[in-house]
This record gives sequence, C-alpha cells and structure tokens, in this order.
Amino acid sequence: MATLTVNGAVHKLDVEPEMPLLWALRNEIGLTGTKYGCGIAQCGACTVIIDGKAVRSCVTPVSSAEGKQITTIEGLAEHGKPHPVQAAWIAEDVPQCGYCQSGQIMSAVALLKQKPKPTDADIDTITNICRCGTYVRVRRAIHIAASSKA
Amino acid sequence: MAMTQTKNAETISRRQFVVTGTTLAGGMALGLMVPGAARAATPEMGTRYWADDLAAPGEVNAWVVINPDDSVILRCPMAEMGQGTGSGLPMLLAEELECDWKNVKVEFASVNRNIRESNVYRDMLTVGSRGIRSTYEYVQQGGASARARLVAAAAAKWNVPAETCEAAKGVVRHTSSGRSLRYGQLVADAAKITLAAEPKIKSPDQFKLVGTRQPRLDSAVKSNGSAKYGIDTREAGQLFASIMSCPVPGGKLVSVDDSAIAGRRGIKQVVKLDDAVAVVADNYWRANEALKALKISWDGGAAATTDSEQFAQAYRDALDGPMVTVRNDGDAKAVIGASKNVVEAVYETPLLAHATMEPCNATVHLKADRLDIWMGSQSALANAMMAAQLAGLKPEQVYFHQAYLGGGFGRRSNGDELRQAILVAQAGKIDKPLQLLWSREQDMRADRFRPQSAIRMKGSLTADGKLEALYIVSACGSIQRSADPKAASNGIDNTSIEGIGPSVPYNKVTNWYTGSLLKNTHIPVSYWRSVGGSQNTFYMESFIDELAHAAGKDPLEFRRSLTDRADSLSVLNKLAEMSNWGSDLPKGSGRGISLADNHGAIGGHVAEVTVDASGAVHVTRVFAATDAYHVVNPNLVEAQIEGGVIFGLTAMLYGEINIKNGAPQQSNFDSYRMVRLADAPDVKAALALTGGSDDRGKPKWGGVGECSVAPIAAAVANAIFHATGKRIRSLPFKNVKLTELTRL
Repeated sequence: MATLTVNGAVHKLDVEPEMPLLWALRNEIGLTGTKYGCGIAQCGACTVIIDGKAVRSCVTPVSSAEGKQITTIEGLAEHGKPHPVQAAWIAEDVPQCGYCQSGQIMSAVALLKQKPKPTDADIDTITNICRCGTYVRVRRAIHIAASSKA
Repeated sequence: MAMTQTKNAETISRRQFVVTGTTLAGGMALGLMVPGAARAATPEMGTRYWADDLAAPGEVNAWVVINPDDSVILRCPMAEMGQGTGSGLPMLLAEELECDWKNVKVEFASVNRNIRESNVYRDMLTVGSRGIRSTYEYVQQGGASARARLVAAAAAKWNVPAETCEAAKGVVRHTSSGRSLRYGQLVADAAKITLAAEPKIKSPDQFKLVGTRQPRLDSAVKSNGSAKYGIDTREAGQLFASIMSCPVPGGKLVSVDDSAIAGRRGIKQVVKLDDAVAVVADNYWRANEALKALKISWDGGAAATTDSEQFAQAYRDALDGPMVTVRNDGDAKAVIGASKNVVEAVYETPLLAHATMEPCNATVHLKADRLDIWMGSQSALANAMMAAQLAGLKPEQVYFHQAYLGGGFGRRSNGDELRQAILVAQAGKIDKPLQLLWSREQDMRADRFRPQSAIRMKGSLTADGKLEALYIVSACGSIQRSADPKAASNGIDNTSIEGIGPSVPYNKVTNWYTGSLLKNTHIPVSYWRSVGGSQNTFYMESFIDELAHAAGKDPLEFRRSLTDRADSLSVLNKLAEMSNWGSDLPKGSGRGISLADNHGAIGGHVAEVTVDASGAVHVTRVFAATDAYHVVNPNLVEAQIEGGVIFGLTAMLYGEINIKNGAPQQSNFDSYRMVRLADAPDVKAALALTGGSDDRGKPKWGGVGECSVAPIAAAVANAIFHATGKRIRSLPFKNVKLTELTRL
C-alpha cells in the first residue's frame, strides 16, 4: 500500500512500489493530464512537480514519491484561476497538438520557482520535447509569466 | 486496485475548470470558464470532444446546433492534431451562420452519423494540408444553409419576404419594422424549412471574422490537462495492452516463452498475432513490463540480412539505371551536353520516423453487434470502414469517437494501431474495452517511415550565369507502392517527385528533365509532414544554391531570375525585407535561403547560422514567409509556420532511422534526437498573401501545415555554405564532419 499526496489530496494505492508514478497517476488515480511520451526520462511529457522540483514521473517509482507533495497539471490552478504560467500559455496560444504541454508547463513552473526572472539561457535548461515545435511561443510565454508574477 | 477518495480525476478537473451545460438533445457540451484570463470571452473547445451520434433536436442541420440559450455548437469534420483546423473550420461556419463567435462551442463531427447520413461530413480525411482548402465550400455551405433557414423561419413568422430580413450576431431582424428574433427562438422552425435553392456562400471580400487574428479554441484545455487524447480514454472495466511487432517489418512470430511472467500481478493474457505479441493487463505499465520479459522468437525472413549501407548504395547505384520520365521540358540533355559550364552533384537522405509525441494507440470495445473505437485519427472515416470489415460488422455498427491527436504528421492515417487493437481483442476474445498503446519503442520501430532516396542533379549555366537547363534523376521509395504493391503501375508516384519536377516554385527554366525510379525495400514508407518536399526541397534548393554560387550570383536574386510567379516573388520579396537580406553578418556566421511550393502554399526561409572552429553549427534565426493566398486565421497560420521550421530542422540536424539486420535501430528519443529549446532558433513568421482565384474561378485557399517544413533543411545547409564554403549533400547534419569537408 502506497500513500501519495497529489494536488493536496491523499490517495492510498495498492500498487507495486516500483510502479512509476506516471502510471499510478494515469491508471490508478485517473489523472490523465500527465502524459506518457518515452518512458526513459527523455521527452518530459510526464513532468510533475515533487516538493517544488520538476521530476520525470515515468522513471520515478511510487515508493520514492511517498510522503512528498506531488503537483500535476490538474493541480496548478488555484480557486479556478489558472496559474500565471497557464494564463501565459493561453494568452500566447502556445499549444498546437498540446500533448507535451502539461509537461512543458510543469517544467516552466518549476523553473520560475528557482529563477523568477529567467534569462533565455535559463529557459534553455528545460529539455522537454515538443514535436510540433512550439518553442518560440514556449519561450515567450515563460518570459510573460515571469513578468506577470512580479 | 486503487482506493482513492477521488475516483475520477475528470471530476476534479471539471469541477475546477469547467461549467457543464446540457443541450436540448440531452447531450453534454462543455465550455471552459477561465476567470481572470485576458481572453475569457473567446469560445473554447470542450474537453468532451466528439458529437453525439444521433441528430440533436437543437440542430438546424448536421453542422449547427443552436441551444435555447442561443449558444451555438458547430461540428468540425476534420481532426485536430495541432494544425488548428479545429479552430479554423468553426470560424468558416460561424462566418456564414452570422452567429456570435463568443458564444460558440465545437465538437468533432460524428463518424457514425457520416456513415448513416450519406457522408454529410464528406471524407473526414485530415491529410495533405487540405483541412481548409478542400473543405471550405461545403463547410461554408453548412453555415450559410443554416443561416438561410433561420432567416426564412423568422420571415415566415412575420409574414414578410426573407429578403427584407437580416441576420447578424445570432439575431434575425426585419429591417424596416425593426422586429427581431434570436436564433434560439427560431431553431425549431428553421429545422423544418425547405428552401427552393441553397444560398450562395460568401466570397473572401465579404468576410468579417475569417481572415482576422483569433485565439485557438483549444489553448485552455491543452494548458490544464483536461484535453482528452486517445491515450486518455478510460471506460468502465477497461484493460490495457502493450504490443511488440516483429522487429523486421514483414517478418513473422515463431514462438513465445512466457514462463518469466507466470503469476505476475494484473496480467490477463498473452495474445499472439501472426507478426506480433501483445500482453493484456489491468494497468499499462504491468502489460509493458511483462511484454519486455517475454522470450520471443521471430523469423525476419530474407530481409533480416539487410542494412542501411546496402540500401544507400542501392539507391545511389539506381541513379545510373533506367528512369521513368516525369518531366521533360525542352531538351535538357542536349543543352547540358553542349555546355561548358555544368554543375553536378549527388545528394541523399535517410529514412525518418514520425515520432508523434502521443504514441499511437487505439481503444476498442468489440461486441457481437457493435464496435466502439476511441482514438485520434487523421482518417477517422476510412479507419472506421476498415474496422468494420475486420470485425465483420456493418459500417453503421461502428462508433468512432474522435479524440484530440497528440501529433499526426501523416502517421495517424492508416490505422495500424487500430487494426492491431481489433486483432488482439478478437484473438484474446476480450469483451471489455481494450486500450492498445504502443510503447515509444514500438511506435518508432513499427513506424511507416519517410522514404529513403538519392538524387543526381545536373545544371548548366550560360556564360552570363543564367540557368539554362536542369537534368535530374531520382531513386526514391514509393509511398503508394508501400501501401499497395500494385499502385503506381506506370512507375510514377507523385509523392516521390513533388519538389523536383512538379510542385516547384519556378516557372522560367525552359529545359528541365526529371526522371524517377521508384525503389522500395521491405521497410514500409508513408506520408511524413511535407512528404516528397521533405527530401526533394532539400535537394532542389541546395542545388539551386550551388548553381547560384557557380554563376557568381546572389542566391536570392538568382531565384528571382527563375520565376515570374506572383506567389514565389511575393515570398522572395518578403524574405528579402524581413531578413534584411544582403546586410553584413559577423565572422563565422552565414545566411541561407530556400523556397518551396508544397501542399498548397509557397513557403520560403532565410536561416542564419553561426559556425565555430570545431565545426559546431547553431541555427540562430529563421525568417519564414508564406503565401497561402487566403487564410482563415493568421495567428494559427503563423504557429504552423513556426512549428514547421522546428519539425524540419530536427530532420536536418538529427533525423535518421538506420536499418541493421533488417530492423530499425532507433527506438526512442535518446537515439532519435529532437530539437529542444536550447537548439531551437528564433523563428519570425510572416504572411505574404497574394489572394486570387484558382482555375475554377473560386477563391484560392492555401494549405499551411507543410510548406514550412520543406524549405528549412536547404536554408540551413545554404547558410552553412555561406559561412564556411562547405556543401552539405547528405543528411542528417550530425553525421557530417564539417572540418573534414573541402571548401568549394
């Protein structure tokens, strides 16, 4: 039995401790906003935030996430108000197919926590893949979110 | 078994983000409220994306539903895979309907209904950048016909001629008396109206909404995790399967030893197909882990001894063999034979995978008299028909629920994943909903790849540096023959030659020969965003650059001399202006240009690169101009252009699928590298629209999904040449050792 705290809600799951958090979120808890893209921590579609840090949930065993605060894309908004990063994403129409964008947004949120005013070089440290090639707008939206938080 | 306080995440997300409304039909239409967002007043695409399969009482026709509260539901017949047609087609509908755009919701049109109602939504085929240009007439008609009925219903109520009434913003007004009725008050009567003739659709000069910059309808649901892709399908009792196809395409399964997974938790069964093995479980991870633990024996057949080097040699050798003439203007052979100024080069490109971010998947629920399918597909109708045949059902017994597509790029059209899901459900006698999800490894290895090819180009220049003749021979995998060996029986497959014979932006080269040899291997090949242009524009535009260099001409001016097409010149002029063409660049930098006529638009790029002493190249900026004649929404067209540049740049820099022992070797993003933020250039997109009419006298609409993919490889290669004097004739660039190349 594993106990996970996801977006503030406590979930008791009867799963193998080595099950990656991604599949516990998607298949057991039913939070499908976090996406499967590669399974080997390459693409970042599965990015969630654990205790403030961006983590690739496809290679994070459930056992290592126990007792920690897990935030998924579904938990970013507060009182129905989109997180400033989400608002910037919407304002800039960043998504195309949209599949990678949960992960992009979670990576951006984590970056802005550490670097509230990121430079382009800081933004370059985000390694999430977008096959549609939305990087121009991802970059712009991160800068906008950074200025809106000020 | 999960024991959670919140059984269903959808409940949470809906409670947090979504206001639910019930349509007259009892169906649910979800609209998003984004309090505090700058553009809360824009329409949004719902999270529940497919339309009901039954006609709704609020319908004016199959395209338009008007609710009593005057909100409008518009049906989109095309898939939304990021290209924006899910926002563009509703704009065309709303333009004709004269409804309030802010009060619109969108659904994907029902495939089942299309089957039952004589293809009311037509082919539902989202390929070839034709989402607007091949649909606008019947989509506009759907909106116009609905509007005319609403007006007629109001006119009948007032007992006045319909011509004396006007429709705007969801209200019909009797102009002289000032009386008015809202669409919601008219819909019941409007649906019963029969018109003597359907109304004419608007021409572009009459548009008010179309052509303006509008937000995407799906940005919000794609920014909060609530957009549902095929992979997100969760039906009651659903099982999950992971599958592995024979590593050598065309090979067969020999045997499976499943002793290693005996007694594993959650595993329901191992299903053997002729050419694949699947494991079915209660959780996808368990299924995939078990699949990896199986000991599987395959028979790859004769193809199991082949590799990429053999293929590359075979394509190059084929250039010396017989060709099928696909273009023959003037006498290129004679002109080149008599010339003292001939440039010649051989180029080649590898196989490429699509690598959609959402791996291919299909969820099926197969019953004796009904098949439900949940997936994102570029060809939902054709997939449903295929599924009916495979399942032994009538087409109208198939219910295809179209989801958002996590990327398409040509991959999500032939239904390989659906075929496998049905076969597994049949072989395993699975009576529950079953989601077959390809692991990334399966998705990459079992792809139908962009064809491999080689080309030899010769061109001759006059003494004053004018291009007088081109002689091109190409050996390329045939997409049509890969799908059907009997196809292209005359030796001509347009997908292999677009960009080197047909579909070129130049019309002033008087002597032009193109010969084509279609050459397939056991590796399946298929449509890959920009199709033939993905390799042929790299060839053509690099070679044009070689010719410009040999002629001592400026590459942009040289291109201008090759065409008097208004669209090509419009793009060249825009590129010159936006890139400040000809201005000085710092040492170690280069600037390259490239132009394509690809899938309904002229796309042109100027790329800027820096090259360091080690030969490392960084693409810093790309200026991308497009002439797509008429466009629906410049915001989304620019997004397509920006993204297409990156898609093509990944192929140019990194893309290759190698074959060894008959099997594709790359299997994930570690070995099949993608452009990421750190190597993504700044892309400036601009429109250079010439409008105009086609040869039927109808407005010329462009296609914008692919025209920005084709040019980028040559633009970057030409920029590298500009910086270094070194010519890239083989892709991907990662295999090129720039320091070892000779300066030309």
